[in-house]
Amino acid sequence: MIPAAVPTRALDAPSFSTSRFRAEREADWIAFDLLLTKLEKKGAKALTSDELLQLPLLYRATLSSLSIARATSLDKALLDHLEALSIRGYFLVYGVRETRWSRIRRFFLYDWPAAVRSVWKETIIISLIILLGAITSYSLVASNPEWYYNFVGEDMAGGRDPRATAEYLQSTLGHGKAASESESGLHVFATYLFTHNSRVSILSFALGFAFGVPTMMLEFYQGIGLGAMMAVFAGKGLGFDFGGWLFIHGTTELFAAALSGAAGLRIGAAVVFPGARSRLQAAAEAGRTAGKVMVGVILMLFMAGLLEGFGRQLITDTMLRYGIGSLMLLFWIAYYYIPRREDVA
Amino acid sequence: MSAAAAQANAKSRAARAKKVRQFITPEGVDLELRIASSGLRFGALLIDLILIVLALVLFSLVMLWIGFASQSDITMVVWMLGAFLLRTFWFIGFELGSRAATPGKRLMGIRVVARDGGRLTADAVVARNLIRELELFLPLMMLGVGAAEDAVSGWTMVAGVLWSLTLSLFLLFNRDRMRMGDLIAGTWVVMAQRVKLDADIATDGAGDTMIFSEAELAVYGIFELQELERVLRAKDARSMREVADTIRAKIGRPVAEEDDVFLLSYYRQLKARLERKLLFGKRREDKHASD
Repeated sequence: MIPAAVPTRALDAPSFSTSRFRAEREADWIAFDLLLTKLEKKGAKALTSDELLQLPLLYRATLSSLSIARATSLDKALLDHLEALSIRGYFLVYGVRETRWSRIRRFFLYDWPAAVRSVWKETIIISLIILLGAITSYSLVASNPEWYYNFVGEDMAGGRDPRATAEYLQSTLGHGKAASESESGLHVFATYLFTHNSRVSILSFALGFAFGVPTMMLEFYQGIGLGAMMAVFAGKGLGFDFGGWLFIHGTTELFAAALSGAAGLRIGAAVVFPGARSRLQAAAEAGRTAGKVMVGVILMLFMAGLLEGFGRQLITDTMLRYGIGSLMLLFWIAYYYIPRREDVA
Repeated sequence: MSAAAAQANAKSRAARAKKVRQFITPEGVDLELRIASSGLRFGALLIDLILIVLALVLFSLVMLWIGFASQSDITMVVWMLGAFLLRTFWFIGFELGSRAATPGKRLMGIRVVARDGGRLTADAVVARNLIRELELFLPLMMLGVGAAEDAVSGWTMVAGVLWSLTLSLFLLFNRDRMRMGDLIAGTWVVMAQRVKLDADIATDGAGDTMIFSEAELAVYGIFELQELERVLRAKDARSMREVADTIRAKIGRPVAEEDDVFLLSYYRQLKARLERKLLFGKRREDKHASD
């Protein structure tokens, strides 16, 4: 007989105790943990329909346990575990609501063109800026060829400057002997162009948050290089040929460049003129739209790289080049701007 | 002295509370997300960069080997495309997964979350990671440009690097530890470690061997209880001795029992007492708070 122990036992185990609470609920937490691990490792497809039905039940049970534990328990290990489990569960249960495939499908059918459509104002502004840059440098170089050296770097020009002969310039357009020499390296060249252009576009997008000013400068600079080059070729009577050389991939590439600038400008504009929203919220919304545009831009630049690397080097007929370039332009415009029924999902 | 300790305690609690953000689920429970510290963020980035470089080196070696074997320059194309994809889509690809974290972030126990509580969309992930390109490479580029063109004076270069560094280190200057990319994508990076469910030390093993009086238990609060729990779970003999001696001195008990027996009994009874008070709506944060 140990009579002294009896009253303390009764005191230590009241009808509600946190240890009893834990003993009753622990099985649910373990089951939820296992289910989450399976979901993370193998995806929703691996779960049986029974497990899928269990998921929200166990999730709610865990959240309710967390609330009770916070109000009654002082066991730090228990609280931390329930908190971590709830956070993990929340993001899995509310996280992904569609399959990867349907996400991709929706992106191409609706999200990408819709995002591009929504930045139409910025696209026009950036296009005008590129055009302005081109006109500026064209008129400057046309009046005084010395200007050319200020606009186009030595390495980029590759001998294509006002001192070059018409024959040499002709050869760089792929009509002369030079065309066949480098054919083996075409795909390397195309890939290089693609990765380089993509990085420039990403930069011009990323610089947008500084009120869009650096973006506009970068795009203006792109126009400058273009105009200067044009003036040199036009001066030697090769303007039409140069146009074709540029047009075949340029419609896609310049369109992509304009879009990346527009995406950057959208963010800059949202920061400067947030409207009724808070500045942070406005930036976040603009950033998401711009993010979609940018994925599209990278895809477009990939196409442009293919056209530039292969198409331009293999197709030497100027009219054909113009044709392909115009076709691409029409394709992009139709894809982006022809109105379509929005996806409801 | 005790007042200073109380102040320090309150300060550290306030600092911890400052990192906690309200995040209410549709069920009405506040998940109390904690913002990841800049150190963890930097560590995660470093791990990711190391992994990317390792992958690149491995990939280059394989491509070189194939290139020599096949004598074709198509491997060059594959290499360039592969390197580009790796660099640009390493972060995007991993963060689009169900855990919303790159390997570096996983190791550090952090993840990306949409700031508004909604789900993390693909466009947000893309936006935050394309900005990273700028944050990482702009300072390097400034250095490169400055070094390449002698015309640029040293001071201009320094100014450029400093300017770009303020962009890159943007996360140090705001409370939410948001990078430029987080700001624009509307995201946060928060703690998401996994915590193993440890055994309930309040019930296992033998029953209480010692009984403490109400006055002996009244000297400590929740903070001390949870510190005691930490020591008990760590099972380090030296720190247990230290803590046991401190408690004995405080409540005036002689050294009579083993340290772990003493501490465990004290912990259980203190916990029972404080939890009982909690049920009546009285939460005593630490020993400095009134009982």
